[in-house]
Amino acid sequence: MFDDFVLRALIAGAGIALIAGPLGCFVVWRRMAYFGDSLAHSALLGIALGLITGLNSNLGTVIVCSVFAVLLLWLQHIRVLATDTLLGILAHAALSIGMVVLSFVDNQRFDLHAYLFGDILTVTLLDIYWIFGGGFVVLFLLIKNWSSLTLMTLHEDLARAEGVKTFWVNLILVLLMTIVVAVSIRIVGILLITSLLTIPAATARHFVRSPEAMAVGASILGLVAVFGGIYGSAFLDTPTGPSIVSVATILFVVIVPVASLLNYRRSRRQDLFT
Amino acid sequence: MSELITAKNISVFREGRSVLRDVSVTIGHGDFITIIGPNGAGKSMLLKCLMGFYQPDKGEVTQSSDLRIGYVPQRLVADQSIPISVKRFLNLRTKSHGDVLQKIVQETEIGRILDQPLAVLSGGELQRVLLARALLDQPTLLVLDEPAQNLDITGQLSFYRLIEKIYRENKISILMVSHDLHLVMSATKNVLCLSGEVCCYGEPSSVAQDPAFVTLFGEDMAKMMASYHHHDHPHDHSSHHGEHHV
Repeated sequence: MFDDFVLRALIAGAGIALIAGPLGCFVVWRRMAYFGDSLAHSALLGIALGLITGLNSNLGTVIVCSVFAVLLLWLQHIRVLATDTLLGILAHAALSIGMVVLSFVDNQRFDLHAYLFGDILTVTLLDIYWIFGGGFVVLFLLIKNWSSLTLMTLHEDLARAEGVKTFWVNLILVLLMTIVVAVSIRIVGILLITSLLTIPAATARHFVRSPEAMAVGASILGLVAVFGGIYGSAFLDTPTGPSIVSVATILFVVIVPVASLLNYRRSRRQDLFT
Repeated sequence: MSELITAKNISVFREGRSVLRDVSVTIGHGDFITIIGPNGAGKSMLLKCLMGFYQPDKGEVTQSSDLRIGYVPQRLVADQSIPISVKRFLNLRTKSHGDVLQKIVQETEIGRILDQPLAVLSGGELQRVLLARALLDQPTLLVLDEPAQNLDITGQLSFYRLIEKIYRENKISILMVSHDLHLVMSATKNVLCLSGEVCCYGEPSSVAQDPAFVTLFGEDMAKMMASYHHHDHPHDHSSHHGEHHV
């Protein structure tokens, strides 16, 4: 019933949604959406370098994004410029340089549109290995550092006083983001990766009461969005990334008002009885 | 008796400006030291150096092996975007047993708010939660950085009473940065007056008479401190008495 490529895309998408959920929570809590966006922009340069050197483009992306992320953290640390200015410069510089480098690559084989907005037709078996291999690393490290990360998010110095090596944990979080960005490009595309991190997490926030529940909720919402989007993309022939993000947005628009209303009524009821 | 933290002649420079100059201080068991000083006097930097967050550019800080720090920050901005209850916040990374947790919850009077989200707490409640968390690991030293700065006057008063009670009833040392000298006067054993360098150090009454203190804070403050200390002396005495029995 499924074409092979749809099945591959669904498996790949499921893997991405599962890791994007918990990681997306930290993006929302720590206000890293713009950071993620910049990271994704730099991925284009990684793809270009991968194509030129003949390296696997996933590997090229991870390397370039990691270098970019470390550079960014360092520039932030020495405070050359305000963070948003810095991100604005680096993101667009990386995107532009990536485009320029790409123009030297043989045009026949390259579909820029697929990289920018994702294309289920491009998902290979190798990509699935990458997603699940990378996903496993990300999930393992996230769970291992979960309490430290949550505490750091609430108060960095408090975490430090309790012995958390905040510098390294920060670095781990950023590197995890680079992995997710790199493996998600085939499905969602460079320009839309951050929305897969932020929209499900922001939606889940409205009906949960613990950080862990928010992570699980975001994963489930992400799964629904990815499945809905890939179906739409396969049968209506719409671009994959935008279809997924559209479904995620519909979930957001439907769930948030309903959840807010329920929360409001619950708090009213509590007020009456206390 | 070994000291918990010993700082010897530490200096810190930042962007060509000296933040701390040749500061030496020791914190021993049973100490209650309050650090005072004008804005930009390097109070927070001194705390960071003593806690080991920051390596001073000159001098050295040694910590004893039985040092366990409980840290209470100035404030916690509980963001609405993180859904986390007081209970879960207390459980993050700590491994305290039921009894200890129960005792601390009672001591800091946060039993009623355990199931509430952090984001809806009032300033006073949040500070008590932070204090509870700092106590969970059974620290030997409690470090507080202007813990009552964002509370109203009643909140400040009851918060300092609570600190005083904890100091009296537990075998714990306290190092606190505070501007509310008139409120902590009765509890603190020593005052360290900082303005980049140590201006004066000693018991509240002697510090109040120190010329350096008077230049820094003015006659009025000095008078107020001296009178406060005198007034509360019997109380102070009884707290020492209690300590010997523990």
